Amino acid sequence: MAISVSMTVNGKTVSGDVEARTLLVQFLREQLQLTGTHVGCDTSQCGACVVHIDGESVKSCTVLAAQVNGTSVTTIEGLANNGTLHPMQEAFREHHGLQCGFCTPGMVMSAIDLVKTHPKPDEHTIREWLEGNICRCTGYHNIVKAIKAGAEKMSAA
Amino acid sequence: MYNFEYNRPASLDDALKALSSGEEVKLMAGGQTLIPTLKQRLAQPSKVVDLSGIAELKGITVEGNAVVIGAMTTHATVAASAEVKAKIPALANLAHGIGDPQVRNRGTLGGSISNNDPAADYPAALMALGATVHTNKRQLAAEDFFAGMFTTALEEDEILTKVSFPVPEKAAYAKFAQPASRYALVGVFVAKTSGGVRVAVTGAGEDGVFRVSDFEAALSKNFAASALDGITVPADGLNTDIHGAADYRAHLIGVMAKRAVQAAG
Repeated sequence: MAISVSMTVNGKTVSGDVEARTLLVQFLREQLQLTGTHVGCDTSQCGACVVHIDGESVKSCTVLAAQVNGTSVTTIEGLANNGTLHPMQEAFREHHGLQCGFCTPGMVMSAIDLVKTHPKPDEHTIREWLEGNICRCTGYHNIVKAIKAGAEKMSAA
Repeated sequence: MYNFEYNRPASLDDALKALSSGEEVKLMAGGQTLIPTLKQRLAQPSKVVDLSGIAELKGITVEGNAVVIGAMTTHATVAASAEVKAKIPALANLAHGIGDPQVRNRGTLGGSISNNDPAADYPAALMALGATVHTNKRQLAAEDFFAGMFTTALEEDEILTKVSFPVPEKAAYAKFAQPASRYALVGVFVAKTSGGVRVAVTGAGEDGVFRVSDFEAALSKNFAASALDGITVPADGLNTDIHGAADYRAHLIGVMAKRAVQAAG
């Protein structure tokens, strides 16, 4: 039985028919073609699929599309503004906070949620926050540096 | 994942109606355990009733000498709550240590204790603090609520609504986390209450959370880590798995209990 869902994704109203079992990440990638949100583990461990629902970071592989009906979703594609990277994206580029790049969308989305409650996070806070984001290139050192710098840029903006 | 019918009621009454529809119904709280379970086809309900639309199941209030937390309150909300931090900081710390930030943004108190995973954190807090579990039709002491691994006293037509935590004199939770999952390999919650000291252990028992009466008696006389010197917990009835053997867990119970007593101050 199809379920009609309607939500705001990256500022635009979208709607579609999903099955009850359709995951949010499937809806984003397969129906909306927003393939920046990745599926790494599919078991809510790795964090490559992190998006924001009403401003809170969540793992979109562990949320049903039907559950987010009526909410506002932000994905990695919704961060840049008219071609200008979000300060956190810019910081990842500047500090080489990525190697293969697979985990990066989730890292960036997670980091932005951190800055909401910790405008100037220290290294320990950042590392603790990244509990749910795994980088299999093990590039954490520069990811942490990038998040620190990105947080400063966001707070200054 | 097999398909199912999805239902998101806006009131407890509607949820109870959906629950009694005669189909194989699963209630969904934050979904952080249920959705992975559905993906693995370990559960195949014909209908999932999502409780997230029921406002009366959310929120934190202080009522007399107790902190009352709605079943659908997320771990992140408990961890950040000024009321919880002021009255039972150990509970806020416990919530802050569950899973990871994204899981804490979705996962709920009610979901955790209804699932009663033997390695979940919250059951230890409920048992040590002597919490009362409220459902749509009755109130249960924590001891009567938890009924063994992944089992509770909840009946088929019953929905958990809130948990009332009496404020202790002091309390702390010390967890030895399994490094990959952040579930408790052993977690010990120690609470000093007007009625004595209570010590509850999660992560270790084959039947889930349990209390350690020898520790409680010793700490009731002298609330100091040294009071536990020489008291051991038998390995009988403790879990053995790839992460640790029963005797290792038995040892950790003593270590984590001492750490909790020290943290409680």
